[in-house]
Amino acid sequence: MTPLTGYLLVAALLFSIGLAGALTRRNAILVLIGIELMLNAANLNLIAFWRYGPHPELLTGMIFAIFSIAVAAAEAAVGLGLVIQIHRHARTTDLDAINRMKG
Amino acid sequence: MQEAISFTPQLAASFIAEILWLIPALPVAAAAVTALLGRSRRRTSATLAIGALSFSLLLSLVAFAHVVSGWAHEAAVRETVNFTWMQVGTPSGAGHVELGWVLDPLSAVMLVMVSFVSLVIFIYSIGYMAHDGNYTRFFCFLSLFAGAMLGVVAANSLLLLFICWELVGLTSYLLIGFWYERPAAAAAAKKAFLTTRVGDVFFLLGMVWLFAQTGTLLFYNHGAGAIEPTALAGLLAAPAALGLTAAGAIGLLIFAGAAGKSGQFPLHVWLPDAMEGPTPVSALIHAATMVAAGVFLIARVYPLMAAGAPLLATRVLTQAGTLAGGTTTALTVITWVGAFTAVFAALIAVAQNDIKRILAYSTISQLGYMMAGLGMGGVAVGLFHLMTHAFFKALLFMGAGSVIHGCHGEQDVRRMGGLRSVMPLTFLTYAMGMLALCGFPLLFSGFWSKDGILEAAEHWSVAKTPFYMLVFGALLTAFYMTRQVSYVFFGHWRGHKPAQESPAVMTLPLGILAFFAMALGLIGTPAWPWFRAFLENRAAGFTWRGFMEPGLLTLMATSTAVVFLGLGLGWRLYGGLAPRPEEPDILEKAAPWAWAGLRGRLYVDEFYGVTVVAFYRWWARVADWLDRRLWGGAVAGVAWLFGQWAGLSRFLDTNVVDGSFDKGCEELSVGGGLLARVQTGRVQTYLRILALAVAALAAILIWSSRS
Repeated sequence: MTPLTGYLLVAALLFSIGLAGALTRRNAILVLIGIELMLNAANLNLIAFWRYGPHPELLTGMIFAIFSIAVAAAEAAVGLGLVIQIHRHARTTDLDAINRMKG
Repeated sequence: MQEAISFTPQLAASFIAEILWLIPALPVAAAAVTALLGRSRRRTSATLAIGALSFSLLLSLVAFAHVVSGWAHEAAVRETVNFTWMQVGTPSGAGHVELGWVLDPLSAVMLVMVSFVSLVIFIYSIGYMAHDGNYTRFFCFLSLFAGAMLGVVAANSLLLLFICWELVGLTSYLLIGFWYERPAAAAAAKKAFLTTRVGDVFFLLGMVWLFAQTGTLLFYNHGAGAIEPTALAGLLAAPAALGLTAAGAIGLLIFAGAAGKSGQFPLHVWLPDAMEGPTPVSALIHAATMVAAGVFLIARVYPLMAAGAPLLATRVLTQAGTLAGGTTTALTVITWVGAFTAVFAALIAVAQNDIKRILAYSTISQLGYMMAGLGMGGVAVGLFHLMTHAFFKALLFMGAGSVIHGCHGEQDVRRMGGLRSVMPLTFLTYAMGMLALCGFPLLFSGFWSKDGILEAAEHWSVAKTPFYMLVFGALLTAFYMTRQVSYVFFGHWRGHKPAQESPAVMTLPLGILAFFAMALGLIGTPAWPWFRAFLENRAAGFTWRGFMEPGLLTLMATSTAVVFLGLGLGWRLYGGLAPRPEEPDILEKAAPWAWAGLRGRLYVDEFYGVTVVAFYRWWARVADWLDRRLWGGAVAGVAWLFGQWAGLSRFLDTNVVDGSFDKGCEELSVGGGLLARVQTGRVQTYLRILALAVAALAAILIWSSRS
């Protein structure tokens, strides 16, 4: 088993845990945490493919990951802001209770 | 007789002639402003009307003075101001319809008379209408009338005259029906309007014919007017039917219009009914001015009426109104109609009991005198009687108004009596008007003007009968006026509430008019025929020898005797012993059947009722039947057809168009309902589907890359 496969497996495991959290949790904050896990799994993939790819000297993967982390931070800030607003508005963060947009 | 001064052709009109249009325009403007005022602005409306008319009177006097001074300097004034109103096609190419106004002796004296009498009556109306709720409306109509009447007088175009003529008719209608809540007043207004319309149709025909023949409707236009020699020669040359020339036929048509307005038999029926209007209206419109418009019209187109008269031929048409030596068909007709009307109406007046109705028939009778005077003696003779009559008849009507006002609305002379002591001012002025109307010798204007007519009748070349008719009419006039005055002012009071004298604002105008009823005679005596000389543009000189003309003194004596006979007879029968209201009249006891006939106004109204009115009723029924059955049926058929067509369209619409559309909508709605269930509103469900979809996509990609 090459080191790359090990990394990819860890990343896949991480993504699955995140996805399971995002799909099953009813608390909006926990769903956000799940999404963060999934993002970081993707970052791990980026680093791994860079390190074991054809041009490891060009730093492209690392820069890409740093961008992704920065965007994820912004996204977390927006997400948490939304959650606070929803909580203020609906007095709950339970996602099953927030279903007024149904058809 | 001195030779006339001929009218000098006037190239540039003087300033007063240029602004002559202001005289009719001012009262019309006042009427327009008054129409916009509220009902409560009583004082403003009266001030406006009287103020505007005062200015008109002032301008009229200036114009009159201008004409008199021109005449005194032997330069006869006839100044015209004309302008083109519009262009129309005529047989000979494009023609102009021109309007304009004229300042000549005829219009000058009429302007002064109309504006003066109107002003006096306006002032009188302040008192008479003081308690009426529609005071502003009254003054609005009155101003409009005065403006229109002044327009008739000043017009230099038959068309402009006709326009004002119709305006005068309209205001007459409005004022007769002023108290429109009374059915009798509304009916009288309609009757007046329709009856005069009969004459106006002929007038219009005559006007159109005149335009077709001469291409102009101007009276005077520096030799090119319709009643100036060139045009008249053309009219005389053109033959019409029944041996008449075009001039004669047009003259007769125009006379029909004048007869309608001036209440000549057989179109006189509207005038007695017109007394339903307020008394100032009766005085102003139906005694002094409007009914005289017909006489004025004949005087205005006199050259047309007299065209072709044998003796006139030499000094033809250099001027209006020389003493006609010969006569024409038109003038003969005018004379006979006038003379007949004079006697006919005087007869009816004998048997009337309504104070205003007696005066109304008297007016018709006097208008007959004027027409006869025009027909036999020329413009000056007819016009002089018009002038004097305007003053004393306005006086009589206003006196009657004062009596009615004082008797609390009572109009039946049998329920009055003894007012001599209660209303001394009214009695005094009324008596003067009455004596002027009877033609009391020497002192009163009516004597001189009536004498002029009788003198002309005596010398008439065609027949002597009109003379005897007019003398008989004079006898009747004196008789019925004595009867009326005896009833109203002598004897004892037979009414209910005690009478009272009217306020000064009403008696003062009476005094003014009474003065003129006497004084106006001075300008028309045979010794100093100023009025006639002025109208005919001859020099006027004072000479006692005027009385020495052959037969004149005999005539005056005859007329004096006739007047005294009438007065004496009336006083003998009615003086002091007027019967009680319930008792039959003295004459009724003597000749019941004749009395009944006169009482029933010789059944002219009834005759029209069974002929003209019945015919129109029948014709209206025929038209109604045609309307309902024929035209109505056709319309109903078309309507039914379209109804059916619409029904078919509706069926197709509901079942074909709407049905398919509704079905489609239903399907769409069901589909939408199904899809809406997917939209649960739960984020995690969406996420789940997303994840499954990504997994499925990944599976497909892997699967496809394998094979």
